[in-house]
Amino acid sequence: MLGLSTMTAAGLALSACGVEGQGGESATAEGFWDGKESNGRLTFANWPLYMDPDKPELKAFTEETGIKVDYDEAIQDNPSFFGKIQPMLAQSEPIGYDLMVLTNGIELNKLMELNYLAPLDHAKLPNFAEHAADIYKNTSYDPGNRYTIPYASGITGIAYNPEYVDREITSIKDLWDTAFKDKVGMFADPQELANFGLFYNGVKPADSTERDWIDAADALQEQRDKGLVRRYYSQDYIQPLSNGDIWMSMAWSGDIFQQNAEQGTNLQFVVPEEGATLWSDNMMIPFTAKNPVDALMLMDFFYDPEIAAGLTEYINYITPVPKSREVLRDKAAKASGEDKEWLERVIDSPLVYPTDEDYEKLHNYVPITSNNEEKFAPLFLSVSQS
Amino acid sequence: MAATQAGKRGRTGRFAPYALVLPGWVWLALFFVAPIASVVSMSLMTGSLGAGYSFTFEVGNYTRALGLYWEQILRSLLYGGLATLLCIAIGYPVAYWIAFKGGAYKTTYLLLVLLPFFVSFVLRTISWGFILSDNGVILGALKGLGVLPADFGVLNSATAVVFGLAYNFLPFMVLPIYAVLERMDHRVVEAAHDLYAGRVQAFVRVVLPMSLPGVFAGVIMVFIPTSADYVTATVLGGTGNTMIGKVIQTQYLVNNAYPLAAAITFVLMAVLLIGIFSYAKALGTEQVMEVQAR
Amino acid sequence: MTTATETGRTPGGAAAERSARRRGGERRRPDWGKYFTWAVLCWLFAPIVFMVVFSFNDIKGRHNVTWEGFTLRWYSDAFAYPDLNVALLNTITIAVLTMLIAGFLGTLLGLALGRYRFFGQSATNLVMFSAISAPEVVLGASLLSMFLTMNIAVGYWTILIAHVMFSVSFVAITVRARVLTMDPSVEEAARDLGATPLATFRLVTLPLLVPAITSGGLIAFALSVDDYIITSFVSGSTQTFPLWIWGATRVGIPPQVNVMGTLIFGIGVLLAAGNMVLARRRSR
Repeated sequence: MLGLSTMTAAGLALSACGVEGQGGESATAEGFWDGKESNGRLTFANWPLYMDPDKPELKAFTEETGIKVDYDEAIQDNPSFFGKIQPMLAQSEPIGYDLMVLTNGIELNKLMELNYLAPLDHAKLPNFAEHAADIYKNTSYDPGNRYTIPYASGITGIAYNPEYVDREITSIKDLWDTAFKDKVGMFADPQELANFGLFYNGVKPADSTERDWIDAADALQEQRDKGLVRRYYSQDYIQPLSNGDIWMSMAWSGDIFQQNAEQGTNLQFVVPEEGATLWSDNMMIPFTAKNPVDALMLMDFFYDPEIAAGLTEYINYITPVPKSREVLRDKAAKASGEDKEWLERVIDSPLVYPTDEDYEKLHNYVPITSNNEEKFAPLFLSVSQS
Repeated sequence: MAATQAGKRGRTGRFAPYALVLPGWVWLALFFVAPIASVVSMSLMTGSLGAGYSFTFEVGNYTRALGLYWEQILRSLLYGGLATLLCIAIGYPVAYWIAFKGGAYKTTYLLLVLLPFFVSFVLRTISWGFILSDNGVILGALKGLGVLPADFGVLNSATAVVFGLAYNFLPFMVLPIYAVLERMDHRVVEAAHDLYAGRVQAFVRVVLPMSLPGVFAGVIMVFIPTSADYVTATVLGGTGNTMIGKVIQTQYLVNNAYPLAAAITFVLMAVLLIGIFSYAKALGTEQVMEVQAR
Repeated sequence: MTTATETGRTPGGAAAERSARRRGGERRRPDWGKYFTWAVLCWLFAPIVFMVVFSFNDIKGRHNVTWEGFTLRWYSDAFAYPDLNVALLNTITIAVLTMLIAGFLGTLLGLALGRYRFFGQSATNLVMFSAISAPEVVLGASLLSMFLTMNIAVGYWTILIAHVMFSVSFVAITVRARVLTMDPSVEEAARDLGATPLATFRLVTLPLLVPAITSGGLIAFALSVDDYIITSFVSGSTQTFPLWIWGATRVGIPPQVNVMGTLIFGIGVLLAAGNMVLARRRSR
């Protein structure tokens, strides 16, 4: 036990250091962009399978601007990517990426709060101004698109496998139905999980209070206690859903579209009547980026309807550029055979171009900052992690 | 034997040993002892990611850690304990058979036990996840034959987790037991056979007691990593199977709640290390380490 | 590893065999131990078989879990994922460096602990014992805490530091065990013949220690290659093979991972077979 007490003593000696505040200094758009110029290259961190492996859009960009793009599928999920870049940003060091894509949520909020992001110069984003749909401008999590613009969006709804579920699923209440004991998959992410608990109680996430959170956690705990939930998944729910380990699950729209298209499964995706959430994967520039001007140019380039159409054809998530649908229609008219079939499938899918009816049921997330996170996250982690 | 070895070791050298151990000491002091100390210090801090954390002797982190996560801690010890018992039950007969009946192929058998571990631990665990799937290669086939009911499942349960843990750490039990059995003087075993007529008697009275140091070393080598592992439980577990390692990982890397995470880490470490030290004290650290070294 | 090389030489096996045969009344009884051992081996190899078989799976989509036909294309296309290649390269270079550094530090520690009595010896034993028995998640969390406190950026070098830290003790105890069983008269003879201490060490002691140092180094290599938990805490944006696989579970693990796993496994089989042949030859 001598060892332990020595360690404790050493710990106390160390304790004088503490851990420094991790925030950077707030910058204004003018201040940040002063004297910055294009360097002819940039590195882009994105999620796996978020661009055609041949990178036609990046080739087009290089052709048009001469800027070379290093593309890196570095982001597997928001928390761990945040965990990786945060220490570097805290020391004002470049993270090796000039452009990155993160989902709206706690991590993005922290990035903004800690002043880790470059404020966008909207004078250099003409395509965004012209072609982005209104719902993607001035979002609740980033008013005025100060730091971010969406890359692609999606819906968190319910997916089910009709091979095992013999009735139509329409409501979040179905996830609480004991007929599906041990066959329901929920998301482990506290924010996603919380949203469904709130919808179950008839509360809109964006307007929810602390009291609502506690009630939502209770509802989710009840669902768990009834033995309904097989597992709280991080992202790997598609396979179990396809092969029958689970029969229905919280799900992301694009995943279901892709799985059905590629594997020939017949998974059904529903926007439940109580509501569902619309999320966006957003492009942003870390404030330590070495090539921010090039990154900004690429961001705007993705809002060219031609380019957006190309991305959507591959990604199958919701595009923030509605005009891309026209482009795809033109393309489909000229195409034939399998290509035509595929394009029509994309154009007609409510998972890629949601109907107005669906849009009405879509909501924003609970606004979480580092101030209220302590009150929020543990409630839902104790459901998924105990 | 021990006496002569001690004699050999008693050679004097005034500076030589220090010159030899110094680099190792420095490395272990900087990257093992100091980090443990910084966990202690961090667990007593307060603050936030944005504002920074400062040392305030906040004992509240510990009450929170225990209050929120006592269940996961106990569960981890339980799963680790069950996996350890399973490893003994599976590993002892295997080690025994290889040591006494393996004959000329002893080494081959031992290597066969070790070979699967050339494949990454993460990859093996994930493979189990696919194999155990409700309609996968094993369960699907058995269900097709009507041996199992259609709604039978193993994946995402405590059973899957415990078996997965035992699977991943079995060699750490087999090796030390084998090492002890293999070095046993076979004349003693034969004498035992002559002395106590029954095989069972000979085993219980002679072989088992002599092999216990191997079992003890195996228990340490299996119990600690299994009770702190979270990869297996994350892949093979389901609702209500979360182990404490996952909580620590989440609090550090996902929530960045460093002080709370450090407090949980320290609690886990204290529980395990105190247990192990008292266990090793009773048996002798040297002895346990020597068995490990073989 | 030590066990594997040394057992070839012990005569006990044959004796046991003989005694077993001599024992009357149990002729031809079923050898349950053998069946049990083989059953356990089947269990141990099940996921490996799965991995190898599915490295030949001709999948169309992203998920490599249902059999869709035989192909060799993943082998010709093994390095299709640049990120995976970088991860594998990191894993290998880190493992080699770990083997060298931990091998060096551990050998010195083992020598000192086995040969001398000195102040701090029991403390060294205690620290090494704790470093070996401390759970991985605790080691990872502690290192991360320190790097955060000290404001050290995590990445390739912090992974290396961590790997050396947790493997150095394994090398040390392996070498120490060898030093303890070494016959001192050989060294004495060298000294009597007029060799300087340094020459004695270089020409006599070191060659005797080489098998132990090698197996210690190999243990360090193996531990480093396979480590996931500690690495995940101190990796920053650096990827290693296990980390990459873990990340890929989210979108479906490509067959290339099975291919690489199979190749690494194949190398392991070759090494093991070679080791066995060598041990046989030495024992003759």
